[in-house]
Amino acid sequence: MSINPKTSAVDRTALSVAFTVGLYGAAFGAAGVTADFSVLQTCLLSLLLFSGASQFAVVGIMGAGGAAISAIATATLLGFRNALYGVQMAPILKVTGIKRILAAQITIDESTAVSTLQDNDVDRKRGFYLTGIGVYIFWNFFTFLGALGASKIGNPSVWGLDAAVPAAFCGLVWPRLKNKRQFIISGSAIGLALLLTPIAPAGVPIITTVLLAVIFGWKK
Amino acid sequence: MSPIWIAVIGASVTAFLNKYIGHSVPEKWLDRPKVKQINTLVPIVLLSALVGVQTFADKKELVVDQRLAGVGAALLALKFKAPFPVVVISAAITSAVVYQIF
Repeated sequence: MSINPKTSAVDRTALSVAFTVGLYGAAFGAAGVTADFSVLQTCLLSLLLFSGASQFAVVGIMGAGGAAISAIATATLLGFRNALYGVQMAPILKVTGIKRILAAQITIDESTAVSTLQDNDVDRKRGFYLTGIGVYIFWNFFTFLGALGASKIGNPSVWGLDAAVPAAFCGLVWPRLKNKRQFIISGSAIGLALLLTPIAPAGVPIITTVLLAVIFGWKK
Repeated sequence: MSPIWIAVIGASVTAFLNKYIGHSVPEKWLDRPKVKQINTLVPIVLLSALVGVQTFADKKELVVDQRLAGVGAALLALKFKAPFPVVVISAAITSAVVYQIF
């Protein structure tokens, strides 16, 4: 497979998503070490857990003196949406055995988002693998750098990284909003998630919005 | 084993199970019109919710800060059909500048 961002729109999207999100791995690396995780433990979370929000939850909870069980529970809840992404991707990828294990590991927000934006199965597959593998490489590389240089990176806000990630997700959701109804669905999801944020445990506000998908999907 | 190691390994195992279970749902369960309609909406609601939470949430509190300016810049760029890297970079620059000023 040759990757050519100049001629292929899928490649362009996949690589720019992978790099942007991967860069944020530096913030995770720094957060891990700041929360008293060793460089090895921090890097293992990126290699094995490989799901940004869950990783931040683990180091955040342990760093604040929480119990391992609550760190695991929160991370699991945050990662549950990856199960829904797997449901979306399986019929497109059609992989079994070891390939399914590898595909599962890179089933995250970004790979699914880039994939489901494409209009044919060849591009959907390409978008999934290129984004998933790309994020994996950049995320792990920058986690390692961030963990080593924790004190030098300091606050991600200084670099605008805290806005770059939601902006990347804006870029992934925007092309899906083609009519008024879809804008309403998107807006309701934002509203519901924010409404639940102060009262529900981390992860619950986001996953609860699936109810909106069920309601709106059922009605149509 | 220290609590940190338990958290690292435990959370990694459940994260993988989450991912793998989704890939293993029988295809015939999904091959219904209603389920398909719901399925196409799932990325819209989850990604929208992520945008909302990542823009306004500070742990369990809702705040308005430099991130909103950044995301605003991103939306403006999207409105003018800017390519993806431009969307992200304009958000980062705007957010960083607002952060420095205030």
